[in-house]
Amino acid sequence: MRRLPLIIVPYLWLLLLFLVPFLIVLKISLSDTALAIPPYKPTLDLSTGWEGIRAFFAALDLENFKFLASDELYWRAYLSSLKIAGISTVLALFVGYPIAYAMAQAPDEWRPTLMMLVILPFWTSFLIRVYSWMGILSNEGFLNQFLLWTGIISAPLTILNTNTAVYIGIVYTYLPFMILPIYAALDKLDTSLLEAAEDLGCSRTSAFWLVTIPLSKSGIIAGCFLVFIPALGEFVIPSLLGGSNSLMIGKVLWEEFFSNRDWPVASAVAVILLLILIIPIILFQRNEQNQREAGK
Amino acid sequence: MRRFSWFNATSLTLGFAFLYMPMIILVIYSFNESKLVTVWAGFSTKWYGELAGNQQFLDAAWVTIKVAVASSTLATIFGTMAALVLVRAGRFPGRTLFSGMIYAPLVMPEVITGLSLLLLFISIGLDRGVFTIVLAHTTFSMCYVSVVVSSRLVTFDQSLEEAALDLGCTPVKAFQLVTLPIIAPAVISGWLLAFTLSLDDLVIASFASGPSSTTLPIKIFSAVRLGVSPEINALSTIMIGIVTVGVITASLISKRASVKQQRDEQAAARAT
Repeated sequence: MRRLPLIIVPYLWLLLLFLVPFLIVLKISLSDTALAIPPYKPTLDLSTGWEGIRAFFAALDLENFKFLASDELYWRAYLSSLKIAGISTVLALFVGYPIAYAMAQAPDEWRPTLMMLVILPFWTSFLIRVYSWMGILSNEGFLNQFLLWTGIISAPLTILNTNTAVYIGIVYTYLPFMILPIYAALDKLDTSLLEAAEDLGCSRTSAFWLVTIPLSKSGIIAGCFLVFIPALGEFVIPSLLGGSNSLMIGKVLWEEFFSNRDWPVASAVAVILLLILIIPIILFQRNEQNQREAGK
Repeated sequence: MRRFSWFNATSLTLGFAFLYMPMIILVIYSFNESKLVTVWAGFSTKWYGELAGNQQFLDAAWVTIKVAVASSTLATIFGTMAALVLVRAGRFPGRTLFSGMIYAPLVMPEVITGLSLLLLFISIGLDRGVFTIVLAHTTFSMCYVSVVVSSRLVTFDQSLEEAALDLGCTPVKAFQLVTLPIIAPAVISGWLLAFTLSLDDLVIASFASGPSSTTLPIKIFSAVRLGVSPEINALSTIMIGIVTVGVITASLISKRASVKQQRDEQAAARAT
């Protein structure tokens, strides 16, 4: 059994630092807020034996979830996160598809450079990329100065601290996630199919809609999930670009924990967010699996 | 010979302008004389000078680098082990759970990972500081490393390792002499990925850090919450510069290595 230590080390590490923390979140989401350290109850007391364990489980309840369901703020935060992530994903698709398409059509000697130009922003700090938009979108920012100078607008637009700024931020930071899978799908596309379509009387535009788009479907789906899933729980973008006006659940969780110090409610917010995320994650997995099987 | 159509050329130009303009503007304005970030008042490097004298930023940068080196090294070791398990170990009890735990952190919102780790540290009474940030970063970046390394291991010809074993190598020796050199590029890119993930992380570090262990992203975040500042522009420019130089060097090295490999293979083919 020489492979045993190989399995045990990473397994134990992930159990202790990934799975156990989750069970703790789940447990605290079922606990009550208390003025104590730690600020929740019950805490498991093993010194009293079985009685203690039974009392511990009896004190857990769904009160925090009932509270979340009854308070409009949380409903609105979840819905608004879904809306913001959804709109940003669609925008990223419209911006990313033409870029991926042009990359797939580019001369071969250009491709490594274009690839590197798409990947380079990945290695640059996420925080800095989001921050760079603060100076551009503010009222006296670069964009407003430019638009005023060209005479397109006569008064500065308010973009920073609105949802529009959040959309721009998400599209900007997650665009490579959209481009790369679509490019991978388009790159594999057999161009003789397009020629066949044209020979059979298809115009170039309808060949694009009838051949290229359906054949890049798996890339489009993968790209959309890769943008949607992280955007849903995003914290940095709404808090820097959205200000107090934009409501996203990641920000609510952060404030619940750090400002309100209400750990049980923060944990309940996390559990629900996770339940919402499971659906797109499973769909994404299924898409990946289909692709792998199609590739074989 | 394919050329760019006007449509493709336009979408590439606009696309890359969108990806790079914000960073270029940031770099330009870091050399602005004025404290008001949006008004150009002449060229100056004074904000770099102020930055060099700002002890808080220097301390935070030092903490960040220590954390990144420690966590990416640990993550590379555990991540490579996990990749070997995923690709090679076959069936064992709890395999589904194991691969689930490898893939789940990749899609987990950072706020949830951060919250859950913090609650763990508190419930076992571990004081938060550099050590807890290292634990947290190792946990999520080892999953990225294992994905990168296992994608290389899948294409690896296992008969090479079997040959080494037949010729009397111990399993550890065979791993060192045969497997490791072949998967080395993936292990190195895994390390680099883990290193940048750790350098970059704000959310998980905020949950896992204590008052004495502020990392650079935490420091930057609390500064930029109050608005744009020329000092942060200067700091960002330095960071963008380091990354650009690093990525370009790495791609040149890997390009040269692949050219050399091709030449070797051709030479070998001629020799036989």
